Amino acid sequence: MVKIKDLPDAEFVQGSYACAGCGGILAVRLALKVLGPETVIVTTPSCLLGVTTFYPQLAFKVPCVNVTFPSTAAAVSGVVAGLRRRGKKGVKVVGLAGDGGTVDIGLQALSGAVERGDNFLFICYDNEAYMNTGVQRSGATPLGARTTTTPVGSLGRGEERPKKDMLGIVAAHNIPYAATASIGYPQDYLSKVQKAMQVEGPAYIQVLSPCPPGWGYRSDLTVKLARLAVQTGQWTLAEYENGRLTVKEIANPRPLREYLAPQMRFAHLLA
Amino acid sequence: MRAYLNGNEAVAAAVKLARTEVVAAYPITPQSTIVEKIAEYIADGSMEADYIRVESEHAALAACYGAAVTGTRVFTATSSQGLAYMFEMLHYVSGCRVPLVMAVANRGLAAPWTIWADHQDAVACRDTGWIQLYVETAQEALDTCLQAYKIAAHPEVLAPVMVCLDGYVLSHTEEIVEVPDQETVDRFLPPYRPEYSVDTRRPYVFGVGTGPDLYPAFKYNQQQAMLKAKEVIKEVERDFQAHFQRSYGGLVDPYYCHDAAVVLVVMGATAGTAREVVDELRRQGEAVGLLRLRSFRPFPVEDLRAALSGAGVVAVLDRDCSFGYEGVLATEIKAALYDLREKPLVTGFTGGLGGRDIRREELAGIFHRCLEVVRCQDEGTGAVLNGYWQK
Repeated sequence: MVKIKDLPDAEFVQGSYACAGCGGILAVRLALKVLGPETVIVTTPSCLLGVTTFYPQLAFKVPCVNVTFPSTAAAVSGVVAGLRRRGKKGVKVVGLAGDGGTVDIGLQALSGAVERGDNFLFICYDNEAYMNTGVQRSGATPLGARTTTTPVGSLGRGEERPKKDMLGIVAAHNIPYAATASIGYPQDYLSKVQKAMQVEGPAYIQVLSPCPPGWGYRSDLTVKLARLAVQTGQWTLAEYENGRLTVKEIANPRPLREYLAPQMRFAHLLA
Repeated sequence: MRAYLNGNEAVAAAVKLARTEVVAAYPITPQSTIVEKIAEYIADGSMEADYIRVESEHAALAACYGAAVTGTRVFTATSSQGLAYMFEMLHYVSGCRVPLVMAVANRGLAAPWTIWADHQDAVACRDTGWIQLYVETAQEALDTCLQAYKIAAHPEVLAPVMVCLDGYVLSHTEEIVEVPDQETVDRFLPPYRPEYSVDTRRPYVFGVGTGPDLYPAFKYNQQQAMLKAKEVIKEVERDFQAHFQRSYGGLVDPYYCHDAAVVLVVMGATAGTAREVVDELRRQGEAVGLLRLRSFRPFPVEDLRAALSGAGVVAVLDRDCSFGYEGVLATEIKAALYDLREKPLVTGFTGGLGGRDIRREELAGIFHRCLEVVRCQDEGTGAVLNGYWQK
């Protein structure tokens, strides 16, 4: 079990241009502390690429391969095969994409790579919309959320469809390990990263990563909202392992209003 | 060793002889038998490589890109819709200066849906930063794939190469092919070990983003490298000739151009038919010639000027069309000759679309029409030659 106090001081992503309070960069930073230096990142045009690898700024201290939006997981397969051919053992290849790059445009490539059984970890940092392009809705946007493509008006009421069940989709591939996590519960998240990196074969983690400008909240509330999402039942901490799904139960859920109220994207629901 | 191979089998043989380490591909007609053959080689243990069975062409090229940046020799193949589906990745690969090799069994693009040959698929990818080499025979397909690895990985080039072979006419037609032995290929083509590769001890970023201050410099370097490739393609062919005693002219393959009043310009297998027509017309005393363009990108402006400047009429046969204008090659040839003080009349012919046969009599017809124009030019009657579309 990973302990927060035992995490290395060493940083593997440093000097990024991420916004104050960015949940996504925190998800990546924490995961890399567990994954360590023998890691190769494969990522895609997203907030993450924009804030870490904008030449001459190179914020990663592990190799990073950027590829097209639809094909993160396909490039992962290529890197895995190439490293195997070069005889480089003990290197974990990690695909990193936002929710759009995972559940929408990246879904086909991810399905292919999981189905092939390639040895990799895929982390989806889920901020529930296309934040890098200006907060457009994705398949991971929750019901009711206001985005720039699901505006609120005399007819519009925000996102009209529930969030896509991505954990169910990867589980249906008989993936050896998959989990959801939240940056508000780092101990749980990092234990899952550790488990996932030890799996031989594909593993998937979808980590809730609140976004201050996208969700419309004060940047000091990121961790609090990442916890409230779980405590109000809006985000589930789940694990799919050896064909079994386990869900962390919330004994006394807090009122949903506590989670919704600080966020502009839900303001119309409470008006 | 001599073998009876079609173009696709010849490509597969080259990929094996090049000791390619990673192959990722998605099936599409008429390319599929290339990667089927490679899969067979791997299955019977005669080729040591990873074969990634991807779920799309976009993924095929992404996987090849991922494998290539680890410092391995990679290969993929596609045609038509598959190449169109790769379009986004084509730019990533060339912009990231990844020297991978792809065979394109040329096929027309839908709609209307077709599986037969023309050059629209690859020509539409003209501006993607890939070197495009068009071959005439299965032998040349094999030899050009071997050359392509060496051209692509040349430190002053670092550009991906498409080896284009006409669907069916080359991909599925058997001919006697001289398959080189492994030792000679190994001497010609050393293993691919680039200066920069994915290595946790030296953590580089591949495929960076950049702003308006630096982006133009990246693109300038890419352009300089593509221009440099003209020299490298010729150099690699001389090297190939020294090892294998075969060569194809480098960037262009001229046939009786030196004293020709009319020169026909083509790409791909049509050159075989055209060469016979030239022979026949030469026997009849007509001053005709053929120029087969081998390298479409980089575009060999200097070689084209040298070969075509003495002609009265240059007829360009395009198996593609830039809709709303004309065949792409016709435009390009005109532009290449524009700066000459005395320049030939250039006219475009569009034919062979969607696998339509280009027959000897049609090529002879083109020559005769052009010869007539030359005669009118000589007499000062100033006939105008309009392009022609094979319907």
